Amino acid sequence: MRRLLLAAGATALLAGMAAAQDAPPKIGIILGFTGPLESITPFMAQAAEIAIAEVNAAGGILGQQVESERADSTCIDAAAATAAAEGLVSAGVNGIMGADCSGVTNAILTNVAVPNGIGMISPSATSPGLSTVEDNGLFFRTAPSDARQGVVMSEILMDRGITEVAVTFTNNDYGRGLADSFQAAFTEMGGTVTLSAAHEDGRADYSAEVAALAATGSDVLVVAGYTDQGGRGIIRNALDTGAFDTFVLPDGMIGQDIVDDLGDGLATSFGQLPGTDSEGAQMFQEIAAAEGFDGTSAFAPESYDAAALIMLAMAKAGSTNSAEWTQHVMDLANAPGEQIFPGQLARALELIAAGEEIDYEGATAVELIGPGESAGNYREVEFRDGEIVTVRFR
Amino acid sequence: MEPLNALVVFLNFVFIPAAAYGAQLALGALGVTLIYGILRFSNFAHGDTMAFGTAITILVTFALQGAGVTFGPLPTALLALPVGIAATALLVLGTDRSVYRFYRERKAAPVILVIVSMGVMFVMNGIVRFIIGVEDVVFTDGARFVIDARGFREATGLAEGLALRSTQVITLVTAAVAVALLFWFLNRTRTGKSMRAFSDNEDLALLSGISPERVVAITWIIVAALATTAGVLYGLDKSFKAFTYFQLLLPIFAAAIVGGLGNPVGAIAGGFIIAFSEVMVTYAWRKVVAYLLPEGLEPTSLLQLMSTEYKFAVSFAILVIVLLFRPTGLFKGQSV
Repeated sequence: MRRLLLAAGATALLAGMAAAQDAPPKIGIILGFTGPLESITPFMAQAAEIAIAEVNAAGGILGQQVESERADSTCIDAAAATAAAEGLVSAGVNGIMGADCSGVTNAILTNVAVPNGIGMISPSATSPGLSTVEDNGLFFRTAPSDARQGVVMSEILMDRGITEVAVTFTNNDYGRGLADSFQAAFTEMGGTVTLSAAHEDGRADYSAEVAALAATGSDVLVVAGYTDQGGRGIIRNALDTGAFDTFVLPDGMIGQDIVDDLGDGLATSFGQLPGTDSEGAQMFQEIAAAEGFDGTSAFAPESYDAAALIMLAMAKAGSTNSAEWTQHVMDLANAPGEQIFPGQLARALELIAAGEEIDYEGATAVELIGPGESAGNYREVEFRDGEIVTVRFR
Repeated sequence: MEPLNALVVFLNFVFIPAAAYGAQLALGALGVTLIYGILRFSNFAHGDTMAFGTAITILVTFALQGAGVTFGPLPTALLALPVGIAATALLVLGTDRSVYRFYRERKAAPVILVIVSMGVMFVMNGIVRFIIGVEDVVFTDGARFVIDARGFREATGLAEGLALRSTQVITLVTAAVAVALLFWFLNRTRTGKSMRAFSDNEDLALLSGISPERVVAITWIIVAALATTAGVLYGLDKSFKAFTYFQLLLPIFAAAIVGGLGNPVGAIAGGFIIAFSEVMVTYAWRKVVAYLLPEGLEPTSLLQLMSTEYKFAVSFAILVIVLLFRPTGLFKGQSV
């Protein structure tokens, strides 16, 4: 009797596995289609779907066409994001492309991905906290950690001979994470941060913040905020009172609208944002243009790369099981091997089938380091005559 | 020892910004306090009334600028202000007709009116966003500075600069004129006196033949004028953003309550108390002290009492203390 039960169980298990093998590979795309990032997430999702369509045109992976399903992370509501991700898991996804914002990415990772053993590649979560989170090797990101941006910003300042700055940051995960990593990197290089003070977004008046920052006597102010929020209010107030003339602007602060608004006020300022001059970026822009959207839209290239990496890893592993494909992500993304750019996924699949090594470069010159995150390429910019001018790439 | 530099630093970073901000809060608090005194409820829609008036003023300003009309060195928005006030008056009178009058006739409890005003607040929130959107709008033009920091340094030879924006001067002057007009109206005219009578004792005022609907209508018109003026001055000084105006509600109510709800003098005092406490308690005094002390004794720390993150806590701490010891506010308003 016992033997019979065991046999029955084994058969059922085998049947289940066979059924799992038969289901087509499925990728969940979870991004904030509503909420603060709603203006850029449609393009991010579209970029991921372009990669999937490209693989399917080349015959799909493991002999099957890849499916995808979208879900809404909301960017700000961890409970809603968790519920949406659980919905994807019960719909049978084998990997998750997302999420977008650092907070919800962390929530999905710890509440859904790790307990269910689903691999996840985020295109845009940049919080340094995600580098050390317990992920069982299931989490990667094609966006750099802000820890890297802190180092790049420090190098830019050092190259310009600036060793003393004051810092103000927007009081959330992004602002605080960036300010902390910058302060650590800058201090290590011998610089001094005279004051690192938070500001709240959407407040009525920033006189108090600027007054305190001005009292430090520093000449340069690092503003880790948002272009259309408190960051702009602080800069305007600082310019008006003559407290600071030079500002250092990280990615959240750089946009054409702030340059239009402040004009000459930013003449001596500079900053950096993720960006690369690799040929992949150019190729991706052409693909996106053919699909009718702007390939330079924030984090769209990273989304393409995230989806492509999931599928190539599945092909390499010969399995849609997350525990297996996640083992191959780092290999594929890094040298050695033949370089793969956007539009060449078919070639990549051929090479993988032939057992050759590939080095996935993609749209953002992907290079994964340490805990599975992008090494990060940055564009150093200045503001001249109302234009954002790229000075160099780092 | 350079007391002059110390004074300039203090004026530039504390006194001038706080005075302008205080005047904006005072005008806002006056509107809140008038509604409380005469209509007897806390109007949560006040921030969005300000936003509406400012939005209309901005559109008229853009139209004027498009037609080539400017106001010389003064911002064009001041020319557009009367249109904004008129539009806002129509909006609040319409709201009163369609919403508040219903509850007033039923003698609804003030707390019901407060909740009703929250509903109105959400509707106005939406209207403003429909009209002008959610983005930051800058509509100031004309001369930006009366004194600018670099020019002041060069002219005086002092180490510290002093900036005085034209919008700050306009804010203070306009606020003073508006307050003077309001007090003259309340204390000297027949209508003003009937409003005060209505506020003191509604039944007695009705018995002596004061028309309640007339008093209510005039109150709304004055409130529309105050709210639009406050909103436009604030927007000229900083910038217009619908969400920020909604947030302004907090310091405005703090100002009105500290001063004594229902008391106009209290609203003005409250506005300045809140503004100065926000800036002064969180100010880093190092530079000021360094200029005052003899050389070699400069402080190394920032001399900051508490971080600027706590500036809102400061105004609310003041609010709690005032309410604990004088529940009717500093200037004897009605008890809350």
